[in-house]
Amino acid sequence: MGFRKLINSKKLLSFFAAFMLLGTNLLMAQTAAAGAAQEEAPKVDWTGVAYYVLIFFLICLGIAIVGKILKVYDLTLKMQGKKGIKWNTVMAVICIVFLVAGLYGAFWSFTEQGSMTLPEAASAHGVKIDEMFTVTTVLTMIVFFVTQILLFGFLFQYRHSDKRRAHFLPHNNTIEKVWTIAPAIVLTILVVFGFFTWQKIMNSENLKGDINIDVTGHQFAWELRYPGKDGVLGPKDFRLVTGANLLGVNFKKKSSFDDLRVDTMYLPVNKSIRLNILAQDVIHSVYMPHFRVQLNAVPGLPTFFKFTPTITTAEMRTKLDDPKFEYTLYCNKICGGSHYNMQKVVRVVTEAEYQSWLSRQKPYLNDALRKELHFASADNAQSGASTNRLALNN
Amino acid sequence: MSTLAVHDHAGTHHDEHGHEHHHDQSFLSKYVFSMDHKMIAKQFLITGITMAVIAMILSILFRIQLAYPDKTFPLLTTLLGRFAPNGRISPDFYLALVTIHGTIMVFFVLTAGLSGTFANLLIPLQVGARDMASPFMNMLSYWFFFLASVIMLSSFFVQKGPASGGWTIYPPLSALPKAMPGSGEGMTLWLISMVLFVASSLMGGINYVSTVLNMRTKGMDLWKMPLTIWALFLTAILGILAFPVLVAGVVLLIFDRSVGTSFYLSDIVLNGVQQPFEGGSPILFQHLFWFLGHPEVYIVIMPAMGISSEIMSVNSRKPIFGYHAMVYSLIGITVLSFIVWGHHMFVTGMNPFLGGVFMITTLIIAVPSAVKTFNWLATLWRGNIRFTPAMLFAIGMVSFFISGGLTGIFLGNAALDINLHDTYFVVAHFHLVMGSAAIFGMLAGVYHWFPKMFGRMMDEKLGYLHFWLTFICAYLVFFPMHFMGLDGVPRRYYAFTEFASMQKWLTINTFVTWAAIIAALTQFGFLYNFFVSIFKGRKATQNPWESNTLEWTTPVEHLHGNWPGEIPTVYRWPYDYSKPGAEEDYIPQTVPYSQTMSSNQPHDFEDNPAGLEELNKFTSTLKANEQVK
Ligand code: HEM
Ligand SMILES: [Cu+2]
Ligand SMILES: [Cu+2]
Repeated sequence: MGFRKLINSKKLLSFFAAFMLLGTNLLMAQTAAAGAAQEEAPKVDWTGVAYYVLIFFLICLGIAIVGKILKVYDLTLKMQGKKGIKWNTVMAVICIVFLVAGLYGAFWSFTEQGSMTLPEAASAHGVKIDEMFTVTTVLTMIVFFVTQILLFGFLFQYRHSDKRRAHFLPHNNTIEKVWTIAPAIVLTILVVFGFFTWQKIMNSENLKGDINIDVTGHQFAWELRYPGKDGVLGPKDFRLVTGANLLGVNFKKKSSFDDLRVDTMYLPVNKSIRLNILAQDVIHSVYMPHFRVQLNAVPGLPTFFKFTPTITTAEMRTKLDDPKFEYTLYCNKICGGSHYNMQKVVRVVTEAEYQSWLSRQKPYLNDALRKELHFASADNAQSGASTNRLALNN
Repeated sequence: MSTLAVHDHAGTHHDEHGHEHHHDQSFLSKYVFSMDHKMIAKQFLITGITMAVIAMILSILFRIQLAYPDKTFPLLTTLLGRFAPNGRISPDFYLALVTIHGTIMVFFVLTAGLSGTFANLLIPLQVGARDMASPFMNMLSYWFFFLASVIMLSSFFVQKGPASGGWTIYPPLSALPKAMPGSGEGMTLWLISMVLFVASSLMGGINYVSTVLNMRTKGMDLWKMPLTIWALFLTAILGILAFPVLVAGVVLLIFDRSVGTSFYLSDIVLNGVQQPFEGGSPILFQHLFWFLGHPEVYIVIMPAMGISSEIMSVNSRKPIFGYHAMVYSLIGITVLSFIVWGHHMFVTGMNPFLGGVFMITTLIIAVPSAVKTFNWLATLWRGNIRFTPAMLFAIGMVSFFISGGLTGIFLGNAALDINLHDTYFVVAHFHLVMGSAAIFGMLAGVYHWFPKMFGRMMDEKLGYLHFWLTFICAYLVFFPMHFMGLDGVPRRYYAFTEFASMQKWLTINTFVTWAAIIAALTQFGFLYNFFVSIFKGRKATQNPWESNTLEWTTPVEHLHGNWPGEIPTVYRWPYDYSKPGAEEDYIPQTVPYSQTMSSNQPHDFEDNPAGLEELNKFTSTLKANEQVK
């Protein structure tokens, strides 16, 4: 019986060889064809597809053969009066191999990919977040390694044996209390720590001394507006949106007149910044990972995020040894087809650079908008009401 | 055997039953509109597996886009037509793929496929009932689910493609048909499908709860129920309380979409055109969604926990450690899961103080999760572990639950979540703790109860191969994603080519895709094993795993009403494995203490003074005898 199977598997083996040859041929054919058909409209390369399907079947075949061989081996062992393959032991050994390889893999991943993560926080509150991140990482990683080692260690240690019986241990109240209370304490510490950090970051008071910046998201771009000399952003109303007045700034208010339309987000270092965040169509999310800043931009629900950048772009470039480094702001809430490309460059600069940049920015109220609003001069108070209607009629 | 002790309480009932059914059922009433819980379980399982395969193929499609963002694959155009022009998946279709993948996996596979299969199969069998409380409603539950599945899939055939706002379908994106192609008819179909799905899930859930509460066999008090039943019972309660809120949210969304109400919409300018909505709040939808959404993730994981607990106990030949703690932690999770939903909304602009509160509740829920993990480890400790494929998958579930649960502690911390929200860190978190863990729990259940479902055994070796390849590949796929998240790489991005800072992750993406492809191909091994074993597998014995629970006292051949004679009476808890002094290393629940004098312990009679007295008498005579010797 077993012998017949062996012959059978030999036949399969020769099949395997034949397929391999065929496969190589196909591969050649495929590369050649691919070279020829480059310029034309995409055509399906069926030989290539067939090749992959073949490989898949070959692998299945290989597995079937190995399975057969194992069965035969098992049978012969049993015919010789031995026990057959001890699968429990095999699995237990694989468990321990997996544990070792897995630990190494995790370690490798931590060092290799771990070093590809964000650089140090470039904002004041970000430093606190990073500290807490480190504490959390240390605590959880201890638990991670200990529990995984115990899990797979136990599997190996207590693998099945006919000679042994398991230890009947339905419960142990003391130890159960210990491992309820211990995580509770650790988590309480983390919660308390986290709660106060969170409250401090999101603190909504103390608005003085901020630079107010208006960030508005729409499909698929961000619009930036800086206040002028008065430091106050003019109010907005979605009903006033027109082609020239993309944000719907209300020019009935004086504070709107000196607002600036800006393309790149310049921030002076070590100044408290307040981002006023809004979306026009769907939910977007202002995400500036280097500053540990994120807040959703929600239509109809203005929000704001306050932070203080601490590292200029130039400093970060030297730190990272990357002359092309830029801080970025991008969208982090699914918002449609081009969600993946909604970016703004953010530059953190010194106060002097900031002021000189600011003086070069164009006012929001540009000529096209003036014309649209029928503004003879900037302080024509009468036209406000008609603007409103005009915008609505649009 | 005296295990099927005769009691008269259900005798008459059974006789009526026996005459009515058993014979000459038509094909239609046996396989299609079956009201037998075992058949309905199989229907749920096979539909669930089908949906899982579809969702898996979708995931491979978008993984290919992520791995090769600038290569063209003409085959994709052949397969997908207008959705993949010029050999590349379009950005809109990419989003449709992730949306439908997520929806199918979370709801159709891990909710209906998992709870539907195992609640239907195990509740009557393990509590000792002839069928569900309402077999007809049970049948409706399946057919609503089937209809929901068909409608969900049919959205691939509408002109603009399926819903594509993510499985969380936040408005206004999902509410404005002009906001993206998928928010047109595709979204309408999604919403209809989900309403039907919830109807199915409610009908199922009410059945499960009433069966557990009212139809337990004699002796089966709540504290003698296997953990599978506890888990499925609490899951059903969660579903009954949480799903209606989703329907409410969905119905309001339907109104906003088609009647012109403004529940979720306000101050909107779409493509330069003002919309007439005022006064609504997009955040309201998120509250409603996550009020279901968070319990939902526990609806997904609790059955997997119950299944794994049971399987690990059986195969370690050891009682589950801390049975009471396991039940209380399940109850704790059930209760707490209703007050943590806000942790999905830390950075939506919700009041920061609320965020702080949700952070506290969220980290509290980690305590029962930790207790469960430690108890599983203690169950293995000094066990006599048999590695069946089911056992391996149960262990895999524990490993994933640890890995993914720990990252929850980062995300639950509102301050840390500022930078982690909606990045690949979250993707890694929930794919490990929910996706992989629950799928492994489900597969463990399939391998373990296959003999009960089909009367045959699955091939063990193929099961081993299936386990190891899937287990390793799942880690290879999801582990690196943590680091992408820590680099601020957002989820639901069509390509990382537009950002200089993200391009370095391209090699990792390619690696992940290949790991995913191998994992996906491995599942065909499982499918082969599953379907071939149904017809050709080795014939199963009545109790192949030497297990204590009631389902293994039913005959291998299925019959309507489950037990040919009397429903057995239950005398003990389900975890008397390797009890010192017992003959075998397991004592089924149907064996009375009077037959196991040598292994009884004082502990067994905590609430039974008469039994304790008898035990004391027995031990003292034993001692006396020994002294005589
Ligand atoms: C240890 C306990 C856990 C904690 C503290 C926790 C915490 C969190 C938090 C805070 C988020 C939101 C992250 C964000 O979007 O920024 C999250 C997301 C998620 N969690 Fe957990 N989690 C835990 C366990 C679980 C479990 C057991 C499951 C499922 C079985 C689960 C499934 C999910 C899912 C599906 C999401 C993502 C939803 C989405 O945005 O698409 N989590 N988790
Ligand atoms: Cu966006
Ligand atoms: Cu949650």
